[in-house]
Amino acid sequence: MTVKTLTINGQLVSASEEETLLDAAQAAGIHIPTLCHLEGVGDVGACRLCLVEIAGSVKLQPACVTKVNEGMEVYTNSDRLQKYRRTIVEMLFAEGNHICSVCVANGNCELQDLAIEMGMDHVRLDYHFPNRKVDVSHNRFGIDHNRCVLCTRCVRVCDEIEGAHTWDMAGRGTNSHVITDLSQPWGTSQTCTSCGKCVNACPTGAIFYQGSSVGEMKHHREKLDFLVTAREKQQWNF
Amino acid sequence: MELNELLAIAKQERSQAKPVQIRCCTAAGCLSGNAEGVKHELEAGIKAEGLEKDVEVSGVGCMRLCCQGPLVQVDTPAGSKLYEKVTTQDAFAIIEALDGGKTHISEIDLSQPFFSYQKPIVLENSGKIDPEKIQAYIAAKGYQALYHVLREMTPGEVVESISHSGLRGRGGAGYPTGVKWATVAKAKSDRKFVICNADEGDPGAFMDRSVLESDPHRVLEGMAIAAYAVGANQGYIYVRAEYPVAIRRLQTAIHQAQRLGLLGSQIFESPFDFKIDIRIGAGAYVCGEETALMASIEGKRGLPHPRPPYPAESGLWGHPTLINNVETFANIAPIIRNGADWFASIGTEKSKGTKVFALAGKIRNTGLIEVPMGTSLRQIVEEMGGGVPDGGTAKAVQTGGPSGGCIPASAFDTPVDYESLTNLGSMMGSGGMIVMDDSTNMVDVARFFMEFCMDESCGKCIPCRVGTVQMHGLLTKLMQGKATQADLALLEELCDMVKNTSLCGLGQSAPNPVLSTLRYFRQEYVELIQEYLELIKD
Repeated sequence: MTVKTLTINGQLVSASEEETLLDAAQAAGIHIPTLCHLEGVGDVGACRLCLVEIAGSVKLQPACVTKVNEGMEVYTNSDRLQKYRRTIVEMLFAEGNHICSVCVANGNCELQDLAIEMGMDHVRLDYHFPNRKVDVSHNRFGIDHNRCVLCTRCVRVCDEIEGAHTWDMAGRGTNSHVITDLSQPWGTSQTCTSCGKCVNACPTGAIFYQGSSVGEMKHHREKLDFLVTAREKQQWNF
Repeated sequence: MELNELLAIAKQERSQAKPVQIRCCTAAGCLSGNAEGVKHELEAGIKAEGLEKDVEVSGVGCMRLCCQGPLVQVDTPAGSKLYEKVTTQDAFAIIEALDGGKTHISEIDLSQPFFSYQKPIVLENSGKIDPEKIQAYIAAKGYQALYHVLREMTPGEVVESISHSGLRGRGGAGYPTGVKWATVAKAKSDRKFVICNADEGDPGAFMDRSVLESDPHRVLEGMAIAAYAVGANQGYIYVRAEYPVAIRRLQTAIHQAQRLGLLGSQIFESPFDFKIDIRIGAGAYVCGEETALMASIEGKRGLPHPRPPYPAESGLWGHPTLINNVETFANIAPIIRNGADWFASIGTEKSKGTKVFALAGKIRNTGLIEVPMGTSLRQIVEEMGGGVPDGGTAKAVQTGGPSGGCIPASAFDTPVDYESLTNLGSMMGSGGMIVMDDSTNMVDVARFFMEFCMDESCGKCIPCRVGTVQMHGLLTKLMQGKATQADLALLEELCDMVKNTSLCGLGQSAPNPVLSTLRYFRQEYVELIQEYLELIKD
């Protein structure tokens, strides 16, 4: 395993060649905002929040899927990047119906955290007010598509960790939405094992435990980490 | 199959040619005008007149001037005539006039600039040979380049030859083809793939479709040469389902080539095996993007993924993959046959060869043209296209589809090549060219292309999924005369953001039609805002 040295925001950082810029930055205590990234499952580079500037390259690169390279000069927090990130978060707020005051994940939501981090005090874009459905046919869980940010964490966690692949995507563009099995009510799914990993993976209040009221829901992300460590390293304790 | 057998097929085909040839265009445009019916009538007429011995009726590929279709060309020893807008009732008149007599059917002047400025390389057989007959392609020197490559050249020499020719990718970005081939050739893997990207979907573009419908074997031959050069044994043609005629002709061509041993195992008695399969796209524009296209071939949802890794390193099922456009592959056989120097002598310094354009819009002559790189837009629009009908003037030409931009009439003297179009804020793209006249509102044009991008966004990344909807909303607001200066500023900000943060080429280029119209026709945007300001003042 070769070790590479690079600079992130002028700070000298070393990382193994297999690591991504996001891994390297996190290890060095440098924060890069993410939304679709989830420890333990594959990255898709879809939310574009972790885009960084690399010296010598015109294009911005997503830190979650870009491997470290010797002598790389990375900037994670320029004014330009901050502006883009704020617009991305604004776009998400404009796309769904994200009303924190009536959301189960209020106070425990990554989209809300991002909005606070970006200093988003208002949305300059037109709200879409989409007519999206709520599916509470499952006896333990529910999904409110209005709060879904289409990060596909649920799809990946169900496929890669649980191995059920109950979740998938359907539609395209602004009509994209997550589905269970062949786009049938979650409660009728033959593949769902009711493991609840999707509930824990969801960054917002889109997938929730039934019966939780506003602001009650807690996400137990450490359970996912625990499972991955258990599977990959055969270590059953934290 | 040996070379002498191939040459024997060619010789036999040529010796069987009858002195009088009647060619009916059977490419999609003319087919929609009942060219098939015209062909049947002509065949029946020839039979009824007992002229079968001397006259042959055949269906051929695109004869270029699509607006005047169905087109029928009659070649007699005395000369050629091209009839336009032929109906089934006209068949009898055409047969009667075979001896040189006059007809009521209008003829097309073959010496006009629309034809005389063309330099057919990709389209050299188009409109001349029957695309459903491999013998016709072989008689036109088909598959000789493949023989030459397999039996007399090393893969390295082939790559070198393509590099030396200066050919650049005709899919739009203009990446040097030789460099791409060399990268895949150097990649180490026990399996490699060659993909032909035939998922042409730009509004107003039909170049790839015409090539596939008119001369499918040329594409197969180009792919086989590429496969030999890079070390691949399996090829895929990813073609959109909206092109049924192209798909059918490709299937026929593949079967014919396999039967003659020109595809399959041990081609031309060499150790080289190459198989081609067709994959039909379900109609998503994003599947023209290479990573999404490969996901679709793999049977997955057609979504792009970040590059690197590039397909040359990790493509189909993680193996090194060469992916080129239809027109790029169609250029290969002529380069091998005539030499890299010959190809490099055509075109401009950095853009070699010719380019096929689909000329459409407010223009007298619409259809397919193939011109040397460096031909000016003015020559194309005003001379070849014959200008705007009914005395209008051309205002702009839109090139490169939704990824491209609008070039104003003031820049029509620009020679068409990759760099000059990029400098104008547009791009070559695959070759769509839509002419717009004075009556066109450029904000509306931008809105049309944004609507297309919005509908075709795959929805994976946020800037493209939401950004295109927001931009479309702002353009609609402008068109309705309800937008303010702040909306325009927001539109410009979103253009910058979507361009720089989107995951794939579709999103990265989606703002281009807005940016280019803002660059040259900003006044039209401003006027729409002022209208609103005056309205609320009252």
